[in-house]
Amino acid sequence: MPLYHDEDQAMLADTARGFIAEEGNIAKQLRHWRDRNCKDGFGHGLWKQMAEMGFTGMLVEEADGGLGMGHVEAGIVLEEIGRNLTPSPFLTSSVLAATALKHGSNDLKGRYLPGLIAGDSVFAVAIDETAKHRPSRIATRAEKSGNGFRLTGSKSFVIQGASSDMIVVAARTSGSDEDADGITLFAVPKDASGMSHEAVRLVDSSMATHTKFDGVELDGDAVIGEIDGGRAVLDAMLLAGRVGAAAEGVGVARGAMDMTVDYLKQRKQFGKLIGEFQALQHRASHLYSEVEIARAVTIKAQQLLDAGAPSAELMASVAKAKVAKTARLAVQEGVQMHGGIGMTDEYDIGLYMKRDRALAEFLGDAYFHANRVAELSGY
Amino acid sequence: MADLEAFRAETRAWLEANCPPEMREPVRDESDIYWGGRRATFKNDAQKAWLEACVAKGYTVPSWPKAYGGAGLSPAEAKVLREEMGRISARPPLSSFGIWMLGPALLHFGTEGQKQRFLNEIARGEIRWCQGYSEPGSGSDLVSLQTFGEDKGDHWVVNGQKIWTSYADHADWIFCLVRTDKADKYQGITFMLFDMASEGVTTKPILLISGNSPFCETFFDNVAVPKSYGDDCPAQVGTVNRGWDVAKYLLGHEREMISGADGGDRTAGIGAAMKRHATKLGDDLDPVLRAELAMFDVDALAYTAMGEKFLDEIKVGKAHPAQPNMMKYAGTELNKRRHELVMAVGGSRSLEWESEATEGGKPSRNWLRTKANSIEGGTSEVMLNVIAKRILDLPGA
Repeated sequence: MPLYHDEDQAMLADTARGFIAEEGNIAKQLRHWRDRNCKDGFGHGLWKQMAEMGFTGMLVEEADGGLGMGHVEAGIVLEEIGRNLTPSPFLTSSVLAATALKHGSNDLKGRYLPGLIAGDSVFAVAIDETAKHRPSRIATRAEKSGNGFRLTGSKSFVIQGASSDMIVVAARTSGSDEDADGITLFAVPKDASGMSHEAVRLVDSSMATHTKFDGVELDGDAVIGEIDGGRAVLDAMLLAGRVGAAAEGVGVARGAMDMTVDYLKQRKQFGKLIGEFQALQHRASHLYSEVEIARAVTIKAQQLLDAGAPSAELMASVAKAKVAKTARLAVQEGVQMHGGIGMTDEYDIGLYMKRDRALAEFLGDAYFHANRVAELSGY
Repeated sequence: MADLEAFRAETRAWLEANCPPEMREPVRDESDIYWGGRRATFKNDAQKAWLEACVAKGYTVPSWPKAYGGAGLSPAEAKVLREEMGRISARPPLSSFGIWMLGPALLHFGTEGQKQRFLNEIARGEIRWCQGYSEPGSGSDLVSLQTFGEDKGDHWVVNGQKIWTSYADHADWIFCLVRTDKADKYQGITFMLFDMASEGVTTKPILLISGNSPFCETFFDNVAVPKSYGDDCPAQVGTVNRGWDVAKYLLGHEREMISGADGGDRTAGIGAAMKRHATKLGDDLDPVLRAELAMFDVDALAYTAMGEKFLDEIKVGKAHPAQPNMMKYAGTELNKRRHELVMAVGGSRSLEWESEATEGGKPSRNWLRTKANSIEGGTSEVMLNVIAKRILDLPGA
């Protein structure tokens, strides 16, 4: 398969670009909700519009009412979300939770997917337990209780946890904290008693929670996939989420780069456009080169994932790490080349820097994924 | 698709029957590469048999038309051939600047007479070509070149000096940029072809920091170059005084080649091999070195995907025309980093300059050689200039 968008994908990209630039732009969404101190950190109206566009259920299979599209298509939407810094439940709901629910019972699908597809529901995922992403260690426990389970423990960095109708929680049903096996995934409804959220606003104005599970009683039918066999579902969800986060990161990098290159063509100092200075030209060209490479490997990872290729694991980590490094470069060069105004809240370039920071941390940063590349390569 | 699969099966059988086992061993040193030419000798019978089989089949230049010594393969078929050769680690039967550089220029700009003569000679490995571009005073600023060809009616008299002429001391003919009009900087250069055995041509190898001498200084002292080599076969490619167009076309081609976008795997991840190498030397990877290798592998694997995307886009005309500059820049910088890491993993062993254990100082010589990657064929800084101007459209670039 060639490493560029086919005709249908190019059409989707045009549509997504136009729609998100119009409705999801920084003034209309990120600044709007931030300046109103919105508790959700995103707009439900836009989420509903994205449902009307067919975006929210694009990864859901057609038999379940979705569009049955792949990660290349989801990546197209995510890149535009990244470019516009659009606060949206798309990555957590339509990519991560939707991937987990593929492994769920028909009952679970029937309970949650229609709301997602209609843009009425928002889902979160609760994976991390410490300040760094380390899904190999899961200490939150779910013990058998009657016909169901009792969930005890705590999770961090649950994006939009307090706003979500359901949270996918990775918990341990057997074994010790570091064991690969013995994990079970649960779909925990928002009104579950014993679940409490400490909501925190993050640097990029998104909302996350520290979520506590204090003996939360769950029915047996809240289990996604097999009891004790949740690692496979968790891995599938992480894989999809990482490739999706990479695509969003490409958008952040491209948005910051485009904005910066434009600025180089407008700002005058010493009687010249600053874009005439070779010191800045070379840095801009280097950045362009890195962004192109990051985008190429992200599309490669999407295609491998859609093809079900085993090498998708490796390429997903390559993409996540490469994009994290590249978007970091883009926002740092962006702020520096904007000079003083790059430090002001009024200019958008600083918002890119903030978003990159949070997005790169989500589902493993460049260090985590470079280490994973080494492990998967056998060293 | 079915046709391609049939072609693959046929190619596989042909390779099985025609590629000698010795030609499936990795290239160990310069003598394993066959460059062709009037003075060439074969290292062994296998090298000779492999060349002859490929010449007969058109596989020294598989995608050139059959009339010029190629096999007329489509891009998809050529890819299958590359893949099948890669599968059995078959060596290229013939390496030459004629194949890589002059050939593409002639295919694009040459007359029928030039194609008939020169392309067939190249395809059969009969004539070894070298490239006369750079001069002592004209490196990155190539267009300032001074080597002058004075018009004497039926011939030119060429005087001047070239530098970095690859293997000029082994070459039979040269394709050479010669100023033929001093008044016009860009439209005063002619792309000339002439015999290195002509009176007045001398070459002098340049000893490099790697200890090797792949490049020469080449001097022209009143060299008489005939304007024609026969019917429809002028000595210049393209029009007189418009050689810069040919040179630019070729530079683009060269950058593509150097960028490693040709499907080679030299930029793929190295961490696992380095771990094995360290183990062989009785060591383990230092954690910080391992981390650097991991970061390198991220960049290298991502660049490999970029190479694939670039080739896919070139095929359908989707690639930005200046994209080879970006590929060349990123690819050569990556290769330099790669050899820095190889040296670090090898430790004091990799410092050995002549030992048997290092096959004559391979790690250090290769490491030093890579430093030219980002200089030859346009420096990294020139690549960045071109990206700034042609892709980013920055002012005054």
